[in-house]
Amino acid sequence: MKTLRSIALWLDDRLFISKLFASTAGHYVPASAGSWFYVFGSATLLCFIIQIITGTCLAFVYVPSTNEAYTSLQYLNHSQFLGLYLRALHNWGSNFMVFIMTLHMIQVFLFGAYKYPRELTWISGIFLMILTLAMAFSGQVLRFDEDAYWGLGIGASITGRIPLIGSRMVQLLLGGPIIAGETLSRFFTLHVFIVPGAIIAFVSLHLRLVLTKGINEYPQPGREVHRATYDAEYAEIIKKDGVPFVPHAIGKDLIFAGLVIIAILTCAGIFGPSGPSGPPTPARVDTVPRPDFYFLSIFAALALLPDWMEEFVLFVAPGILLLFLLALPFISGTGEKSYRRRPVAVLAVIFIMLVLGVLTYLGQRAPWSPKMDAWSSDAVPVKYLQHLKPVELRGAAVLQNKQCRNCHMLGGTGGERGPALDGVASRLSYDQLVRQVIQGGGNMPAYAKQLNPAEVDALVSFLITLKDEGVPSVRPSNEPEKPGAQVAAR
Amino acid sequence: MNPPPSEHSHTPEKAPPMTRRNMFLFGAGAALNAIGVAMLAIPLVGFVFSSFFRKTISSDWITLGKIDDFPLEQTRLTIYRNPFTRPWDGETADIPCYVRHLPGDKFQIFAVNCTHLGCPVRWFEESELFMCPCHGGVYYSDGSRASGPPPRGLFKYRAKVENGLVQIKGGYLPTLSNPTEEDRT
Repeated sequence: MKTLRSIALWLDDRLFISKLFASTAGHYVPASAGSWFYVFGSATLLCFIIQIITGTCLAFVYVPSTNEAYTSLQYLNHSQFLGLYLRALHNWGSNFMVFIMTLHMIQVFLFGAYKYPRELTWISGIFLMILTLAMAFSGQVLRFDEDAYWGLGIGASITGRIPLIGSRMVQLLLGGPIIAGETLSRFFTLHVFIVPGAIIAFVSLHLRLVLTKGINEYPQPGREVHRATYDAEYAEIIKKDGVPFVPHAIGKDLIFAGLVIIAILTCAGIFGPSGPSGPPTPARVDTVPRPDFYFLSIFAALALLPDWMEEFVLFVAPGILLLFLLALPFISGTGEKSYRRRPVAVLAVIFIMLVLGVLTYLGQRAPWSPKMDAWSSDAVPVKYLQHLKPVELRGAAVLQNKQCRNCHMLGGTGGERGPALDGVASRLSYDQLVRQVIQGGGNMPAYAKQLNPAEVDALVSFLITLKDEGVPSVRPSNEPEKPGAQVAAR
Repeated sequence: MNPPPSEHSHTPEKAPPMTRRNMFLFGAGAALNAIGVAMLAIPLVGFVFSSFFRKTISSDWITLGKIDDFPLEQTRLTIYRNPFTRPWDGETADIPCYVRHLPGDKFQIFAVNCTHLGCPVRWFEESELFMCPCHGGVYYSDGSRASGPPPRGLFKYRAKVENGLVQIKGGYLPTLSNPTEEDRT
């Protein structure tokens, strides 16, 4: 015991560990900061550390070459001892990192922690958020499957819309004129060296600022921040209620961190890793590319926006949003901190989360995407085929054969791009149906060249039988109304 | 027992003023490093950003196949080997495209990438339409836009027929700011 103590003292004399401790982990924080709301920052850092460790392990086996990456992923999943679990840990570590980082950001926003004098803490946090999303996207590319390949194509197409330097930026992004070996090497370097290095640098700055400017005290409604007085007030808080972060205030962080580790281990064990889906073979065009969870909202927004707004939403809006986030501590650097006195801040968070949530939900369902195999996999319900004339039956065949079902539902199956066709005869007359089929319009292509007159006649003859129960067919306005007439207007 | 450790036990009360020799060495050292960093930066930037500055366009015609490989009045998916391929590219060097054989041995060759955001469009020969699985863009058989969000028709490669072989200029990902040569003329 005595020997151990003298070794410890010797080390401390050489390394100044106790001094380092007192000015870092043991620095004094307001006792009110030892709150359950203050655990998200350290948990995000924990996720990042887990990502570094699991990512380093995966790099022992993964091969960043377009020729081998997919095979090495399969090897990790099926042959490497615990490879599947390590991939799952890395995947769930990233899910938790993005999720807890979002909670952290919401918390510091609602608690006014970005206000004077912690502007740089907030700004470095914004950069950390961007870098984390960059990790999410580049990681999705390293999982080099068909989604990754076409995800790169989508990234390049978006980049290609940048005015003036678009085509050069595409070349820079892909490392050449087309997605090839250099593209993957490039994203490997970003994901493994450049972005994590930047994250470590910004985390250091972020933590350094927590030490120099102190952690935000738990805000009290009515206690406003003034530039002239705040520093003295904070010094007073530390003097009166200050406790060393370690060991007094770290307890809740430790419990939450432990729970996060267990949650990642559990989710990885139950749900496993993500993909890889089909091989990254460009010629396999029968694929339905989807982005990872974090980018589904962008995917949805690009489907739902009017065409003329796309450039604005892709390039101008993110710039404005970023500038606003960076300028926030200077726009509202003083005043109330507590969310109880900041209704606009609370509403803004609810609004943004609702928008992101709804867009992500829609991106998951993607009702705007044609269901590419509906024409051959979703049959016309039998009830719509009973008691039909031959020409009408032929129309049902035309409906299936000409891929109408890829966009139109019938009996609850099929695409949702266009309206469901059940009961279409209660909405459109025979002539209107012919016009719609031949001319298209309203997101429907014109089928004038694709169908011969006999096919159009058969198709519309079938469609006109699809009436809602108890609802009469549409009566063309040029025909006089006959009492009791419910026959199809032909 | 040692006295309590102090980090700054070796710091004098006040730093002595810089001598002329100190200043010269500091200034000369800083300048030398600035020159060194600049000289180091030139090859580094050139290496990393070469793909930004140097545009790689293949001047060679790429052969897709014989005329008879592509049935008349039909559209077929085929692949060509990327002219800039590296040995480690693997399957990503096999670039797909749609070949439409028109009467009079005329050919229309479309990139598979949707002009909206680059997803691969799929050809349906029954309805003679290209459909995109991402946001529902649709194109007619001649590549023109039929419906959905695409801002224009499919990208067309420059194509020619020589000695019974169908040839194109390809090897790059067509985007709105870098459409194919055929589209620019």
